[in-house]
Amino acid sequence: MGSKIDFSVLARGEYPQWIWHGVLTMFELTLAAWLFALILGTVLAVIRMADNRVAKAFVASYVEYHQNVPMLVQVFLWYFGMPALLPHAAQQWLNAHDSEFLLALIAIGLCMAAYVSEGLRAGIRSIPKSQLEAARAIGLSYLQASRLVVLPQALRIALPTLVSHTVLLFKNTSLAMTIGVAELTYATREIESQSFKTVEVYLLSTVIYLGVSLLIMTAGARLESRYRISAR
Amino acid sequence: MFSILREYGVLLLVGQYPNGPLGGLAITLVLSALGLLLAFPLGVAIALARISPFGWLRMPAMAVIYVVRGVPLLMFIFWVYFFVPVLTGRMVSGFTTMVITLVIYQAAYLAEIVRAGIEGLPRGQTEAARAVGLSYIQTMTKVLLPQALYNMVPALVSQFVSTIKETSLGYVISVNEVTFAANQINSSLMTQPFQVYFILAAIYFCLCFSLTRLARFLERRIATRREGTFRPATGLAPAAAGPIAPEQAA
Repeated sequence: MGSKIDFSVLARGEYPQWIWHGVLTMFELTLAAWLFALILGTVLAVIRMADNRVAKAFVASYVEYHQNVPMLVQVFLWYFGMPALLPHAAQQWLNAHDSEFLLALIAIGLCMAAYVSEGLRAGIRSIPKSQLEAARAIGLSYLQASRLVVLPQALRIALPTLVSHTVLLFKNTSLAMTIGVAELTYATREIESQSFKTVEVYLLSTVIYLGVSLLIMTAGARLESRYRISAR
Repeated sequence: MFSILREYGVLLLVGQYPNGPLGGLAITLVLSALGLLLAFPLGVAIALARISPFGWLRMPAMAVIYVVRGVPLLMFIFWVYFFVPVLTGRMVSGFTTMVITLVIYQAAYLAEIVRAGIEGLPRGQTEAARAVGLSYIQTMTKVLLPQALYNMVPALVSQFVSTIKETSLGYVISVNEVTFAANQINSSLMTQPFQVYFILAAIYFCLCFSLTRLARFLERRIATRREGTFRPATGLAPAAAGPIAPEQAA
């Protein structure tokens, strides 16, 4: 380990490209998993709102499962386990296209969808049931009533939860490192093992992670205050 | 799947225990319990600093909370992994590294739970305590903290679930816990990865699900008990139960 702290090491050779590539991959994974989780989470929350016991039980067990199993285990299950269940041709397709990113995205997205739907459900529960009934009474279908009346209000209430889950999702993209996705933590490890400049490279990526997290939190707080005003 | 359990079940539960170091689920539990127990006093201290009237205490506490909550746990594990040996000048086991990481990480999350617990108490509690002549520290330790900590019990159980899940990351520095054991089994079997990881997921699920249920049960019990003592004291009907539970650190 070097005795002096020297950040110029990070500008040497291919290191800047590695870091840049890592940051990009991190953002891609965050954004893709976030969209996936938001859409699936909303769908699950709407299904759970419906008057169907089977559908409700399915969503409830989906949520319980994903909340009580570590995300790392999910990632392993999808990366090592799922391809083994697929037919040979599909396995070959996965091998040919770098499937790590896709499988990490699925594992993290599925897990976060459970958290998102729980957050939304709390929001939905706080909307009086009479609103849904009134919407149905004026002739809206169940889906229209959810989309136009219940969800917009529930979203506003669930916003703080959704923001903290976005930060959580962003941080958890670092788990993709364990299956070889070259995101920021992975790049950090690679550079560390080659240059032995531990402090410098870890400091840099920690600052990047921290900066993005704070950015998400600030943006979330701003969004919250905006919707609080417009609600009056 | 049952043949895997029959052959490797013991490895998953206790590692190579009688013939080697303790591992598997046993270490997962020891790690989580130790992590949370040691993090608890630290978390209370950070929370007290965070709500203290002194700026020089508040600012560092806030910085710690923000930094820890904004950085992936994986990053923390690597920091501790590399720097504890540098700072102490000797090799440190993966187990110790993981305990240190969990203590720092959990303390920041616990601090926010404790803070929410204290701030959730009615203001009259502080005012009354100060009015009868208790000092700030006495008010905290004799009036606010006991109540806040009691109300926090369900949140603590949920936090235990998070800690259990977080110990799985010890895998990256080869801590001998249950995820690591599953990986060992997978690499010696080679042919049944889905079954191995499914068993692993099922183990975590059974453990965490029962604790989550316990947390929910305690939450309901404490809520009804609070309502029961609240009503005669104020003479008012209990306020409609708040629709949204305070968001827990996920």
